[in-house]
Amino acid sequence: MLQIENLKLIVDGNPVINDLSLNVDQGEIHAVLGVNGTGKTTLAYLIMGVNYLPDGGKIIFDGEDITRYPISQRAKMGITLAWQEPARFEGLSIRDYLGLSNDLEIGEIEDYLWAVGLPPFQFLDRAVDTSLSGGERKRVELASVLAMRPKFAILDEVDSGIDVVSLPHIVNGIVKMKSLGSSVLLITHNEDTVAIADKVSVMCAGKIFKMGPPREMCQWFRENCQICGHINLPG
Amino acid sequence: MVTTKEEYAEIVDAYGKAGGDKEALKSREVATLVVHENRVLSSNQAEGIRIKWEQKEKGVRAELTVEAGKKIKHPVHLCFGILPKEGLQEIVLKVNVQDGAEVGIIAHCIFPSAVNIIHKMDADIKIGESAKFYYHETHYHGDFGGIRVVPKARIEVGKKSVYQNTFSLIEGRVGRLDFNYEVSCGEKSITELVAKVYGKKEDDIKILEKVNLNGREARSLIKSRLVLRDKARAEVIGETHGNAPLARGHVDCTEIVDGEEAIAKAIPIVSVNNREAKVTHEAAIGSIDKKQMQTLMARGLDEEEAVKVIVKGVLK
Repeated sequence: MLQIENLKLIVDGNPVINDLSLNVDQGEIHAVLGVNGTGKTTLAYLIMGVNYLPDGGKIIFDGEDITRYPISQRAKMGITLAWQEPARFEGLSIRDYLGLSNDLEIGEIEDYLWAVGLPPFQFLDRAVDTSLSGGERKRVELASVLAMRPKFAILDEVDSGIDVVSLPHIVNGIVKMKSLGSSVLLITHNEDTVAIADKVSVMCAGKIFKMGPPREMCQWFRENCQICGHINLPG
Repeated sequence: MVTTKEEYAEIVDAYGKAGGDKEALKSREVATLVVHENRVLSSNQAEGIRIKWEQKEKGVRAELTVEAGKKIKHPVHLCFGILPKEGLQEIVLKVNVQDGAEVGIIAHCIFPSAVNIIHKMDADIKIGESAKFYYHETHYHGDFGGIRVVPKARIEVGKKSVYQNTFSLIEGRVGRLDFNYEVSCGEKSITELVAKVYGKKEDDIKILEKVNLNGREARSLIKSRLVLRDKARAEVIGETHGNAPLARGHVDCTEIVDGEEAIAKAIPIVSVNNREAKVTHEAAIGSIDKKQMQTLMARGLDEEEAVKVIVKGVLK
């Protein structure tokens, strides 16, 4: 479904994305695991076409080279992004936010809210604004991605800042996404979230160092990355 | 020649198109006043509220009194307007909400064909003690921009009372707006002034809202939301003075500039004259937030659709 080939991005002379290659298969939850500053969010932005265009390499989606496509065009092809720090919208209700991309019945919108553990009767008519806590806003973001029924969802640290009680709702939401047919690129540095993935790629200094099953990659991550002193230095 | 009956039907029709509740104007239980140019076309009294009016050469003088302790069940509906392209309308309004009373007013000011119109409103509003007064005014000025609107008011909010005012001008053109409200707030009172305006083409918007927190523990919020397109200009002054112990005020202005030649200015003026008072302000002026745009576009909206969603939310 998604092939990234030798992707490069240089920012202020630094190779933020450094010859990165990655494949995500149809219907797969593919986690990208890495400590802070390794370029995970930048990778998410490059795939979505936000803020940057790469300096080299290709992004192929469903057999089409989308490397230079604008955001809207990628979204219309079925790619979307759940932001690490989602934007707030004054005056836009959660009901309307979830209904943006598809003509949904109210029952469907309510289902997506339930999927992330937000009771519709409490949240449907609330605004996607600063009155929502950080965790609530992230869950609304996940619900809005679910509501889009995308082919490919990039989830950028949807589990960060979430309390232990709410985390299972995030995980349920991601699993539901897969059950509805979406492929997922799950960006995280939380090993518990990684457990639901089909494959895990460990990222460091702008490139993928290793790929494999979740348990093995988590162990490798613990033994090699968390104690490493040269974050962000290539090679 | 247009008869009064036809004139009334026309203005009520325009009122409905501008968002007013036409059925409310027919109800015997709802206090209403409908003024076209300088003529009162209809007026209805209701239990607990007295409306007196007098036609003048260039407009109407109206006095509205809500009796002490009365909680008016249905909002009062006011309709002011000029349907032809030209005209002058001066409204002098006195409102007296007596102690313990509670009332809401929904006002629509309609000038759908305005090419050369002046509309002035000069109001004195007195809200007694432990009373509640909600005033929501919606304007519609058509698409030509040939109108000058000068709403001016002095409001006194009594002890433990609530005053909430919303001014909304988001459909059609603005023309020239010169809005000037000054509020004096008593002890433990709550005041909220909200203005929402969408300026287009050569619209010229000036808003001055001034709140004097004169009573202990008085609280206020001045909130303005403006969107400017094309060559529209706006200057918004939100002024709050904390003059009493434990007074709390906040000024919040957001102006979105969505046009190469649009100009926006926000001038919050805050002061405290008592060491226990606190007044804060926030102002944000600029183009539409990039991240908001990107978020909506990542859901499949194109740029124009994304702008509409954001603007609609800000002006809601």
